[in-house]
Amino acid sequence: MANQTSQAKKYKDYEASKLPKRPILINCLKAFFIGGLICVIGQFISLFYMYFFNFTEQTAGNPTVATLIFITMLLTGFGIYNKIAQFAGAGTAVPVTGFGNAVISAAIEHRTEGFVQGVGGNMFKLAGSVILFGTFSAFVIALIKTIFSYWSGT
Amino acid sequence: MIQGKQTWVFQNAPSIIATGTVGGPDEAAGNIPEAFDQLYDDLWLEKDSFELAHQQMIEDASNHAVKKANIELSDVQFFLHGDLINQITPSNFAARNLAIPYLGLFNACATSMEGLALSALIMDQGNASYVLTGAASHYSATERQFRYPTEYGSQKPDTSQKTVTGAGVALLGFEKNRPRVTSATIGKVIDRELTDPFNMGGAMAPAAFDTINRHLTDRNIDHSYYDYIITGDLAKIGRERCLDLFTKDGTMIDERKFVDCGLTIYKPSQQVFAGGSGTACSSVVTYGHFIKKMMNKECSKILVVATGALLSPLSVSQKQTIPCIAHAVSIEM
Repeated sequence: MANQTSQAKKYKDYEASKLPKRPILINCLKAFFIGGLICVIGQFISLFYMYFFNFTEQTAGNPTVATLIFITMLLTGFGIYNKIAQFAGAGTAVPVTGFGNAVISAAIEHRTEGFVQGVGGNMFKLAGSVILFGTFSAFVIALIKTIFSYWSGT
Repeated sequence: MIQGKQTWVFQNAPSIIATGTVGGPDEAAGNIPEAFDQLYDDLWLEKDSFELAHQQMIEDASNHAVKKANIELSDVQFFLHGDLINQITPSNFAARNLAIPYLGLFNACATSMEGLALSALIMDQGNASYVLTGAASHYSATERQFRYPTEYGSQKPDTSQKTVTGAGVALLGFEKNRPRVTSATIGKVIDRELTDPFNMGGAMAPAAFDTINRHLTDRNIDHSYYDYIITGDLAKIGRERCLDLFTKDGTMIDERKFVDCGLTIYKPSQQVFAGGSGTACSSVVTYGHFIKKMMNKECSKILVVATGALLSPLSVSQKQTIPCIAHAVSIEM
């Protein structure tokens, strides 16, 4: 057993030393530009709603997010989104489109198991933790802010 | 008959009298489309689910093999098959429709050679005159079980591998002038404590190395005895590691003779990262490509070493290491 552990350690070290390096800088740049591009598109949609409809800068957020998610849904359904994601990495995962893709892809995937148990039960399989920790961290931050403003008396 | 520690040498070596191989669209666009009896245009095969498509591929491959051998499905006495899906349901359901007495197998991607070794053993001892064996996998069905939904946009590292969509079966019988299954080495489960499920080649290389070494020692032969030593799905990373392990051990294996099914099946231009993987990888390439090569007298002795990573999504999320296995079967003209 001791022999096996040392053998495993030797191989593990050797394997780690030989692994191809992930191109972190290039990946960051790709993510920055694709993620940025999505935000630029979002900004245009937002301006569109403000210019042509009765939305203000504050209220244009909701229809903009809905539109972006709608586009994501089409791209996911036609099998294009995952191809863009392979190139963009975090660039497509971090914006709201990434969240949409996580929900939609899971919904499509579990369609064969029925609407209630399949789609309903599995839709938030990937996105569920985002919702949980997103809400929870918002709560914690709000709590800190409240206590802080109470103390500082503002 | 057992020879050495882990090797069966078959006195009445059965022959591979026919093979059946089917593949999906990426395999059709791949490096060896001529190795397939049937290629599908999409991953659905006009079925309602990927799992049903998976099952259909197994049935189609089996029908091709039986048809080529000019026998009926009912003449086949045993069916040994496996795949990667939970409880190997595609194989089970295909066996229901084929109606052949059935043994379901699971050794992850080493299932193809596990099946061939056991089938040859059954035949060698005179327990059957026709046995059908193989392994299948389906990209989307496996992807959703082991990783993420197919359409989910996750970025895969270059060490990851693409699961082959296909099914490959071999029909064993006793016929002259056919490739014969002469020996088989059953591998041990080897765990070098690697944990990255996106680098299975690296995890499986030590298992392949161990089994090949054991096979050569047990049979008391040199690696040059074989025209090709064919590994299942080590792909780019795993093959390099395995060759390194041999070099360190003082065995200089000819790189051109050390081929990998995962690197044979796709073109380098296809986006498959390190190469192909999956249970079907070794079965379709061996039964479709290399058996044809043998029939065309391009090679006469091959050793197929199917490698399997025995992990599950659960074991990965519970931070377990990846135990691996490799089984070697020699096929000679």
